[in-house]
Amino acid sequence: MELCEYTIHELLDKLSTGETTSVEITESVFRRIDGVEGRIHSFITLLRESALEAAAEKDREIRQGIRKPLGGIPLAIKDILCMKGIRTTCGSRILENFIPPYDATVIGKLKEAGAVFVGKTNMDEFAMGSSTETSYYGITRNPWDLERIPGGSSGGSAAAVAAGECVASLGSDTGGSIRQPAALCGVVGLKPTYGRVSRFGLIAFASSLDQIGPFTRDVEDCALMMNAIAGHDKRESTSVPREVPDYREFIGKDIRGWTVGIPKEYFIEGIDPEISSALREVIRTLESSGAAIREVSLPHTDYCVAVYYIIAPAEASSNLARFDGVRYGFRSREGRDLLEMYKKSRSAGFGAEVKRRIMIGTYALSSGYYDAYYKKASQVRALLKRDFDEAFRECDVLLTPTTPTPAFRIGEKMDDPLQMYLSDIFTISTNLAGIPGMSIPCGFTKGGLPIGAQLLAGHFEEGKLLQVASNYEKRANFEKRRPAL
Amino acid sequence: MEYEPVIGLEVHAQLLTESKIFCGCSTRFGVAPNRNTCCICLGMPGVLPVLNRKVVEFAMKMALATHCRINPFNIFARKNYFYPDLPKGYQISQYAEPLAEDGYIDMDMNGARKRVGIIRIHLEEDAGKLVHDEHYPSSYVDFNRTGVPLIEIVSAPDMRSAEEAEVYLRRLHEILIYLGICDGNMEEGSFRCDANVSIRPRGEEKFGTRAELKNMNSFRNVRRALEYEIKRQQYVLESGGQVVQETRLWNDPQGVTHPMRSKEEAHDYRYFPDPDLIRVEISGEWIGDVRDHLPELPLAKRERFVRQYEIPLYDAQVLTASRALADFFEAAVKECGKPKTTSNWVMGDFLAHLNLERKDMADSPVTPRTLGEMIGMIEDGTISGKIAKEVFEEMWASGKSPRQIVEEKGLVQITDTASLEKAIDEVMKANPAQLEQYRGGKDKLFGFFVGQTMKMTKGKANPALLNELLRKKLSKE
Repeated sequence: MELCEYTIHELLDKLSTGETTSVEITESVFRRIDGVEGRIHSFITLLRESALEAAAEKDREIRQGIRKPLGGIPLAIKDILCMKGIRTTCGSRILENFIPPYDATVIGKLKEAGAVFVGKTNMDEFAMGSSTETSYYGITRNPWDLERIPGGSSGGSAAAVAAGECVASLGSDTGGSIRQPAALCGVVGLKPTYGRVSRFGLIAFASSLDQIGPFTRDVEDCALMMNAIAGHDKRESTSVPREVPDYREFIGKDIRGWTVGIPKEYFIEGIDPEISSALREVIRTLESSGAAIREVSLPHTDYCVAVYYIIAPAEASSNLARFDGVRYGFRSREGRDLLEMYKKSRSAGFGAEVKRRIMIGTYALSSGYYDAYYKKASQVRALLKRDFDEAFRECDVLLTPTTPTPAFRIGEKMDDPLQMYLSDIFTISTNLAGIPGMSIPCGFTKGGLPIGAQLLAGHFEEGKLLQVASNYEKRANFEKRRPAL
Repeated sequence: MEYEPVIGLEVHAQLLTESKIFCGCSTRFGVAPNRNTCCICLGMPGVLPVLNRKVVEFAMKMALATHCRINPFNIFARKNYFYPDLPKGYQISQYAEPLAEDGYIDMDMNGARKRVGIIRIHLEEDAGKLVHDEHYPSSYVDFNRTGVPLIEIVSAPDMRSAEEAEVYLRRLHEILIYLGICDGNMEEGSFRCDANVSIRPRGEEKFGTRAELKNMNSFRNVRRALEYEIKRQQYVLESGGQVVQETRLWNDPQGVTHPMRSKEEAHDYRYFPDPDLIRVEISGEWIGDVRDHLPELPLAKRERFVRQYEIPLYDAQVLTASRALADFFEAAVKECGKPKTTSNWVMGDFLAHLNLERKDMADSPVTPRTLGEMIGMIEDGTISGKIAKEVFEEMWASGKSPRQIVEEKGLVQITDTASLEKAIDEVMKANPAQLEQYRGGKDKLFGFFVGQTMKMTKGKANPALLNELLRKKLSKE
């Protein structure tokens, strides 16, 4: 096995014993990138030189006995997170040449934790999409089947972890953009509670839904990443000043006597039968760990997609107004006056899906429609939250499929936005409720495509997710595979 | 037909906090373009606003001073529109659940008390400024002002004349400055006013169609623009037309209002609660704390001055025009104990010098202590009122204390009878003709002798004593 294929905790052990160095790990990662990136295209920008320099620096620190939580581990970062001095495109032409003069809070935290940054990963433009096909910088392919999409919008970050192009990565999740690609690429993905991880420096899609979270190869790595990125940030008003536990302490802890809820609205017709049977297997495994299984109801589930596709585009239409060609980013040279400059810059700078959502959102907020759409959607959102509050009164966690189908073919849903939107049907509610959600690998289809199971918990109960997930991971008996590349 | 104007004003006042409303940048005016900016007020991707609590506190002062009800939960909303001086493409403002609602201001209209309602006061961020190049078809943007805190004060349509509107505006201005939350500078734009005006036949209840007036940057222009607009609307109605609801710009050089291009005003702002900001909770305790630290307001101070110092209402009005002037007056009175004399000096020579040199109260070379001391010297007879004028000039020029000036220049009043009598004798000797005429019954010449003796003593003669001695001496054969 190559160094680039190990987990963070395995590599930290190897680094602390001197068995390997950060430079060796980083070189291994770039060897893998050189080998597979042409086929997968996980990255928009690679940071080879600065990564190797940072790795050498980490090795010096390690030799001096300085131990950092992620010291010397090569990570990939979704290109939606601002990194000082490094081009940050958000998958859009409009930010083709944008170099932020500041670090996102999570980047600062990862730097402090000693991480090495491999590159900025590909994504759907402004995180709007479920397949990484709306990126201005080309598509990313699923490492398990190059004819298929890796999921989205954080497809690059998921594919990079699956393919060994980094050890772990960061993504962002507004309606499933971490969990869905994690499921489709066979890795672990966590969307934390809204307010748990600072959004400062995350280019906003829908501010009330966006969260940053990790992609990792196993559950313990997920805990390590959460330890590094979670916590209150004075620079964000919606960040919650609440103590951060050591997430590693939840790993492997017993779940005997816990209750796992199965929301009946999530086991509907139309789910791929192989996914249904994989989920049944997960339920059996959790039962064998001593957890009680209980069917619960989230009665407002049917409204999730409708509510989401009002709130998210409405916020996006406002969040994306700053990309106007005036101060940074792409500006059309053709405009003869201000209005034309705006129109031409934004018409040429944004792709079709982004424009579609800006129009939906603008419409939903316009005078005379606000009450019928945005306000009503916000009210239904409150009801959805209540559904979850009630479910978590009886259950420790909820279990659902992450996606209704495994990875679909490239181009399959690009002409049918509605079908594309429905691929997030199980992940959207989590963001609307602000609760944490996690996708863990739970087997493969006969065709060799990964399947993901989604675990949900109450606000700030990431620990419970990790505890259940690590229990499952230990007992699961599906074959641990790596994609054949 | 006789028409009655109906006027409501929207005032934007910049708050004097040290830093901007949602970031740590300085609010200082007059620095080089784009110096007071950061990634947050420039609206860079991924940045987030954090509310400056001082801003809320400043705005609460205005809300309390205008008797508004402060909402326990404030919500910030986004007002969406595109303009190069608005970096985020939206302005963070308040819409539903503003800071405060339902207040009023009492004002004095030619002796009658007039109350104007305040509909709401809300918080928002200011936009930047465009600088147009005269020689090239290009414009520059200065973002220093972006994110400077503003309050918008919306009055009820309670004013019935341009004059009332001007008085309301002046009262509002005065209160803001008294509270120390706004510098009130209209030229620099820290106090701006838009007006809504309509007219209706007198006696009619229903409002007419209103026009919104913008671009008036002085009290005088607000009044002029309103006067013009009232006449214009009257003309439109009287010639059988209808007033159109529109935004009109005041053109100062031409003295008229022009309609704004409709393209510029066709905005749907798509307000919605800003998801990046949590609601602001304002507890009764916080309100109480702000209320406890509220300074005395102009109207109350005026009434107290009349009562406490027994000075005329007119004096009280002049002296309370600013908090600094009122403080100056009170400090000087404390020094000398003579309110009316102090009032005369402050309103007279002191203000005249200040205005002439366009000086700030803080830069005045004459302090309450030195002015009080000088008035004390008049009262105890050390110097005459006339000498005092000279002393005051010197105090203004040199900043020295009156006692020092009087000593240095030998200006102490002559109060000893012998030396005064000697001077009078000399004057009498030098003017035998006038003396004869006086004694012959020409009483008017008394003033001549006062003047001559004053001249002889270089103005230092104690006037009362001089009068007494002169009368005695002149009537003697």
